[in-house]
This record gives sequence, C-alpha cells and structure tokens, in this order.
Amino acid sequence: MSIETLYILILVIPLLTAVGVLVCRKNENVRESVTILGGISLFFVVVKLALNYDFEQTVTLTLLEPFAGLSIALELEPLGLIFTLVAGFLWPVTSLYAIGYMRSHHEKNQTRFYFAFAISIFATMAIALSANLFTLFIAYELLTLFTLPLVTHAGTDAARRAGWTYLGILMTTSIGFLLLAIIWTWSLTGTLEFTPGGILAGKAEPAILGGLLLLFVFGTGKAALMPFHRWLPAAMVAPTPVSSLLHAVAVVKAGVFTIMKVAVYIFGIDLIGSLDSAYWLSLLAGFTIVSASIIAMTKDNLKARLAYSTISQLSYIILAAMLGVATGVFAGSLHIAMHAFAKITLFFCAGAILVSMHKTKVSELNGIGRAMPITMLAFLLASLSIVGLPPLGGSWSKWLLLQATMEAHNMVLLIVLLVSSLLNLFYLVEIPIRGFFAKPVDPIYNTGIKEAPKFSLIAILITTTGCLALFFLVNPAWSLVEQILR
Amino acid sequence: MTHLPVLVVVAPLLASALIVLINSRKGAWVITLLTSLFCFYASVNMLQMLQDVAQLSYKLGGWDAPLGIELRIDALSALMLLILTGSASLVSFYALRSVEKEIADGKQVLFYTAFLLVFAGLIGISITGDAFNVFVFLEISSLSTYAIISMGRDRRALHASFQYLIMGTIGATFILIGIGFMYVMTGTLNMNDLAARLPAVADTNAIRAAFAFITIGVGIKAAMLPLHQWLPNAYAYSPSVVSTFLAATATKVAVYVMIRFQLTIFGIEFSLLDMPLDKILMFLGTLGILGGSIYAIYQTNVKRMLAYSSIAQIGYILLAIGLASHAGFTAALLHMFNHALIKGTLFMALGIIFFRFATTELSAMSGTGKTMPFTMAAFTIGGISLIGVPGTAGFVSKWYLVTALLDASLWPVALLILVASILTLIYVGRVIEVAYFRPAPEGQSQHKVPKTMVIALWVFALANIYFGLDSDISMGISTLAVDQLIGIRP
Repeated sequence: MSIETLYILILVIPLLTAVGVLVCRKNENVRESVTILGGISLFFVVVKLALNYDFEQTVTLTLLEPFAGLSIALELEPLGLIFTLVAGFLWPVTSLYAIGYMRSHHEKNQTRFYFAFAISIFATMAIALSANLFTLFIAYELLTLFTLPLVTHAGTDAARRAGWTYLGILMTTSIGFLLLAIIWTWSLTGTLEFTPGGILAGKAEPAILGGLLLLFVFGTGKAALMPFHRWLPAAMVAPTPVSSLLHAVAVVKAGVFTIMKVAVYIFGIDLIGSLDSAYWLSLLAGFTIVSASIIAMTKDNLKARLAYSTISQLSYIILAAMLGVATGVFAGSLHIAMHAFAKITLFFCAGAILVSMHKTKVSELNGIGRAMPITMLAFLLASLSIVGLPPLGGSWSKWLLLQATMEAHNMVLLIVLLVSSLLNLFYLVEIPIRGFFAKPVDPIYNTGIKEAPKFSLIAILITTTGCLALFFLVNPAWSLVEQILR
Repeated sequence: MTHLPVLVVVAPLLASALIVLINSRKGAWVITLLTSLFCFYASVNMLQMLQDVAQLSYKLGGWDAPLGIELRIDALSALMLLILTGSASLVSFYALRSVEKEIADGKQVLFYTAFLLVFAGLIGISITGDAFNVFVFLEISSLSTYAIISMGRDRRALHASFQYLIMGTIGATFILIGIGFMYVMTGTLNMNDLAARLPAVADTNAIRAAFAFITIGVGIKAAMLPLHQWLPNAYAYSPSVVSTFLAATATKVAVYVMIRFQLTIFGIEFSLLDMPLDKILMFLGTLGILGGSIYAIYQTNVKRMLAYSSIAQIGYILLAIGLASHAGFTAALLHMFNHALIKGTLFMALGIIFFRFATTELSAMSGTGKTMPFTMAAFTIGGISLIGVPGTAGFVSKWYLVTALLDASLWPVALLILVASILTLIYVGRVIEVAYFRPAPEGQSQHKVPKTMVIALWVFALANIYFGLDSDISMGISTLAVDQLIGIRP
C-alpha cells in the first residue's frame, strides 16, 4: 500500500467505525465489536505506516484547496507519528474498557457515545497528520465540536453547564487568539506549511513575533495553560472512558501537540530561544505546574484531582517547548507518550473504582486495596510514572526535561520541576497508600475481592504494562524524537 | 441570447402579471418556480459570457445610452444576479407548502405576484446602468416588499410592514434627492456619464450633499446601525418565505447600491478618501457587529435573533468596505455571497419549525434535534457557518476579512471581529443546546415535514459546505468584480 493510501485509511477507518456504530445500533454486541474492530485496524494501519515511512522523503497528500495557497493536506513527521501511535493504540484499549464501564454503569445513549467517540478519533488523527496550520486548525475545531456531546452526555443541568464552559473556553481561545495568530502568520509569510526550522524567523520585529507566540500559546486552549484551564475540570462530568482517552490523551495532547508543532515548525527552536515572551511563557507554565499540583492536593473528588494533575503535566510539555533547546523538544515529545499511558491508567482505575465500589472521593478509598488490589497496584505504578521514578516510562521524559532546563540555564524551572515531583508523589501516591494501608472506611472492602468488569480490567493491565514497557523500550521512541530536529 | 440581460427583469415582471390572469394557486407556484429557474439559468449563462467580455451592455428599445436606458452587467452585477436568482429558485421551490400554510387562502395568488415583483425589482437594481432607474426598481421592489411582509399571519406583521414602509420611503426619498442633485449638476443619469462628469464638479456642496443623501438612504435600506430599527420586526413577523428571501438578498442589494455609487459613480477617491466615509463605515460597521450580536443574544424568538444577527453581518460587510482596499472590497463581496447562503439556510430551517409549531420561540424548539433531525442538522450547518467554523462558507469570508484587516495593520479590529465570533457562538449555541440537549415535550415523536421544504433547505445547507471547501467560484467572481470596480481590469 502506498503511503497516501495509509493516510486516507487512518482518517477513513474512524469514520467508517462511526457509521458502523450507527448501523448496528440495534445490537449492542455487534455495535461494540465494530468499535473494537475499527480500533484494532486503525492501530495496524498506523503501525504499518510507521514501519514503511521514511522521514528523509516526506510524503504530502493534498486533499482540497479551499482557497489559493491554502490547502487541506496531510503529511507525517516524527512528532505526528508519536501522537498517531499513542492515540491509535489507546483507542481500541479504551473501547475495551468502555464496554465494561458503560454496560455496568447502565449509561443511556450508548450509540451516540460510541459514534461521537469514533469521530473524535478521526479529528485527532487529522490533527496528528496535518501538513499545515490551516489543516490543523480545522481538525482542532472539529475535535472540540465532536467531543462536546461526550461532555454533555449525562444530559443533566450540571453536564450542560460544563458543556458551555468547555465550548466557551476552547472556542473563545481558538477563534479569538489561535485563528488570529494563524491568519497573522499567513499575512507575514504567505505560507502555513510546517517547515523544519520554522518559517517566521526574520519575517517581523521580535516584539511582533513575541506577541504572535503569546497568541499561539494562549490560543491553544486545549493545552490548558493557566488561566485557560477551567474547561478541563469541567469536562470531568463526562463518562470516565471519555475522561481517560479524550481528556487525558486525545484532546489535551492535541493542545500540547499544536504548541510543539508551532514551536518547532513555525517558529523554529532557535527563534523561540531568542524571544522574551517564550521565557515568560515558560515561567507561566512553571507557575501552572506548581499551582495545579497544589489545587490537586485540595481536591477530594478523584477525577477532579486527576484533572488538575493533567493540567500540571501538560505544562511540562509547554515548558519544554518554550525552552528553545533541542533537549526540551525531545523531552516534550517523549512526555506526550509517557504521560498518556500513565494518565489513562489512572483514569481507568478511577472509573473502575466508580463502577465496582461506587466511590468518587479520595477520602472514601481508605482500605480499598483489599477489595481491588490489581486496580490499586496499577494506580500505584502509573502514579510513579507520573512522578518520574524508574522503572517506569515517565522517568525518561522527566530526566530529559531536567536536563533541558539546565541547558537553558533556567534554575527557577529546574526547582519548579523538582518541587512538582514531590507534590506529585504526595497527592497521587497518597491514594494507593490509603488503599493498601489505611483502615477500611467501608465494610464492603472486607468482603472479598471485587475488581472492575473483566473488559475494563484487561484494559487497565494493558496500559499499566505500557507504562513499564516504555521504560525498557525507550530506544525506538528515542530514535523517533531525535528525527524531529533533523 | 443577446436579449438575456433584459429578459431577467422582464420575465418576472410579465410572469407576475400572468399569475394574476391565471388566478390559480398551483399555477402561480409553477410559474414562479419556472421564472426563477429561468432567471438562474440566464444568470449562470451571463456569468459564463463574462469570461470573454468585460461587461454585457443592453440598450433598452435600441436607444443609445445617454438618451435611452442602459442595462449593464459587469462581474459585480453578475454576482448579485447569482445571489438573487439562486436564492429565488430555492425559495420558490420551498414556497409551495410554506405559503399554503402561512398565507390566507384568498391571498396566495397575490402573494406570488408580489413576490415576483420584489424579485424583478431587486434584479433591476442590480443590472441597470442608469441612476434614476435604480430608484424606479427600488420602489418596485420596496412597495411589493411592504405588501408581502404584511401578509404574515401574525397581526404584528402589519405594524412591522408599516414601520418598514415609513423608514423605507424616507430612504428611497433620500436616494431620489441625491440622484436629483447629481442630475442638476451633471445633466445626466447614465452611470458611466455620471462617473465621467462628476470629478469636474466634485468640489461642490451639492455633490457632497448628494453623496450624503444617497449614503444615508441606502444605509436605511441596508439596515446599517443605527438605521436598522425596521429590520428585526420585518424579518420576525413576515411569512417564512419572505423572511428567507429578504434575509438572503434584500440588504445585500442595498449594499450593492452603496458599492455601485461609491465606486462606479463617485469613484473611490471621492467617496472613501475625500469624504471620510471609510472611517464612518468602519466605525458603524464595528458598532453593528457588536450591537447586533449582543442584541441577538438576548432574543427569545429565534427569528428575531437571526434578524439582529443580520444587522451584525451587514456590519462585517460595511467594515470591509470601509477598509477601502482591494482585499477589503473582495472580503465584502465574498461575505455578501456567503452570508446569503448562511441566512438562507437558517431562515429556511426556521420556516420548517414555524410550519410545524406555528411559532419560532426558542422554548418551542426543545428536543427538535431528535424530532426534526434533518431540519435541525441543516440549521446546525448554517449556524456553524455563521460562527465561521472552518470548512464552511462563513469561515472563508472571515478569513479574508481578517487578512484584509491585518494587511491594513488593524489587528485590534481583527481581534474584535474574532471575539464577535464568540458572541455568534453564544447565540447559535443557545438554539443548538435547546434543540439537542433539552427533551422534547411528552408525546412528541418524529414530526412530518414537507419534503420540498427539506430539500430546498439542504441544497442551501450543502452550499455552505461546498463553498467552504472550494471558494474558487465565489472568490473568482468577487476578485474580478473588485478588479473591474477599481479599474485594474476593464
């Protein structure tokens, strides 16, 4: 198969899955099989693309040219491949998890759920493969719209309000700032192609370029940099599979992915390194890291705590992109993958606890390890990956990130990262410790093991294994990120 | 085919008379539809002819220009023709069931008659090469418009129609006064002659007054804030067919007249640079965008909401004209075209809502996402196009407008435009939320809606997507029109 065919397949498979879900809505077993089948075939296509692709000879596929010079086009580059692989792998796993979760939770409108899920994956893949800012922006907006029905899934007043916050913040920033930044770039350079080394250097005064960078970074609301982070905790009203894949992986990673792409291929890291505003943004990212961690500590609701942890972790990647050194780019790119596996595991565990024990609060989890030992062990490992301890994947990206702050001679951020690791340790590892060592708060914890439904449990095991595997198998990932700056 | 330019006006005029003679409801509809389709065909045909020649000129009765009346179709006129005849064709197709439902039995034939007169008048305005003729056609279309607005079932339609009549007459009178002043000073009414003779007398108060009268007169017809008061009621209480057609075309024709007078007759130097109209238009345009959008947010009737949104959209067009640059004019024309698609879609969808519920109050639309899935899906497409989501026609216009603003280094205004998109998101979002996330009242399942209405609606809706993904046609005509207007191309 040619590379172009693979591109098309990557976009078409989620869409076909969505159609299949609608067609098979009458029989839920068939409907869920369609979702899983779609997910697995997508992953195979992504892997095939990864194996056949040669970054020396990039292949661009232009789909449409809505107006002169601006095209909707696809092109794979290393950063996009990482994102595609992560999302492509985690989608079928999440589908597996969702089957167990949605059924035992007796959720309504499951067809709409799987449908919206599949088209959200389509938008995610389009973001990952976009060859220029224009295509990326279109897919970015689609992702917001497609995920909205998932946020408001419950249909309650609270869900509707959350939907408004979600849409309001994401669209205000993207239309108000990101679009302006894109059109501005277009008017300065006459192109929006992602080009190694960037396209903006020397095109305008540093002050203007600095302003443009601010517009780009604040415009990417999906990256949840403070003060535009409120949508993420709001989105937690969605069913847990949505929080896991979309609001810990696809949507938020689309945000930091956009920032990475802009930093590397629109500005170029040398230019980023010379801009004052990049320095201020990196400090703001540092502030977000620490303050989101502190807020996370005060949250008793487990999903809210995880959401704030995500906000904090996303700023690691923003910080990495704003340092303007090569190691930062490598660290950020790796962290996209490492954090994805760890955070999805944490959310899976939170959902498992909700489904089998109906608990949502951290304070109610004392002693839950007796009833759900596998879940709690998975939670512990994933937490350690977030903290950045070996032998878990997260340790690599954190290590590189520390190195990058040193290369950029930014001691403040070095300290921020160290403090943040301590805070992570405190607010995440606290939970399995309570689970295993505290006195059970609910007598039900003593009545024997009751893990999540088996589909969900398998999914948890897969992602936890992923966290471990990424530590030992970091070499392929590393050789991939190294190619970003070639 | 040499008579095509005159046929597009004469055909609807004759057809409207024919309808009265035949005096059958079905017959009236068939004739209206065929006439609109013919005019659409003729417009597309003339558009193709413009590939080879700069403009099509037609001498009425064979009399040469200064004595006789000249019809003149350049790219700008062709763009207007395309908007007018395309919308009219779809609206006529849609009208069959909507008119049956909304117009009193005895008046349906007269309705079609008046509708065709409005259509003929608007076409006439767009293609005539004679300044006084503009006024004549304006009156033809306006008087018939007052009549068809008043045919709305809601008694407030009468009041709305009367309000529009007063305002519209003032506007038309102003235009007439302006044309009169120009005639006194130059001794001609032909647009080309006027353009040639005006520079010699441009530095007189009479010409400045003429310009002011015409601008304000046209401003009223275009619902330029703060001259917009007639519009919300006229749109809200008129029959669905009328509001759809007017929203898609009427204000745009007024903007056309503005552009024609400013660029072809007075010339860009005089109208936008010597007179400070550029700044005035930009100010009023921006005010319109913000004011219209904010008012729209507070409406409980969706039709009124869209009416206020139209005022905001006219603001976008005026702002673009005020830039007085090639990019600005192009953005304005492009948005005239795209906005016709957007508002056509939205008002048609509301017409179907009205067909079913006899109201367009927001509260009546609970659960319509489930009970009227095709209608609301099309409404949603129109809505996201109005917001300017990529992949829709609305995005293309917004892109060009913002680019034009950035070219003029007006980035605060560009930011403001984009922020205004958020306001649009809010008022469109309210409707979508009610339709999709509020449960339908007990006992309502799928509603039956007429197929003809849904088909016409979807043609409009899909056009939003098509012209969002491929702007070659719309952009091509707009660019050509601007090139001709400011004299880059003949």
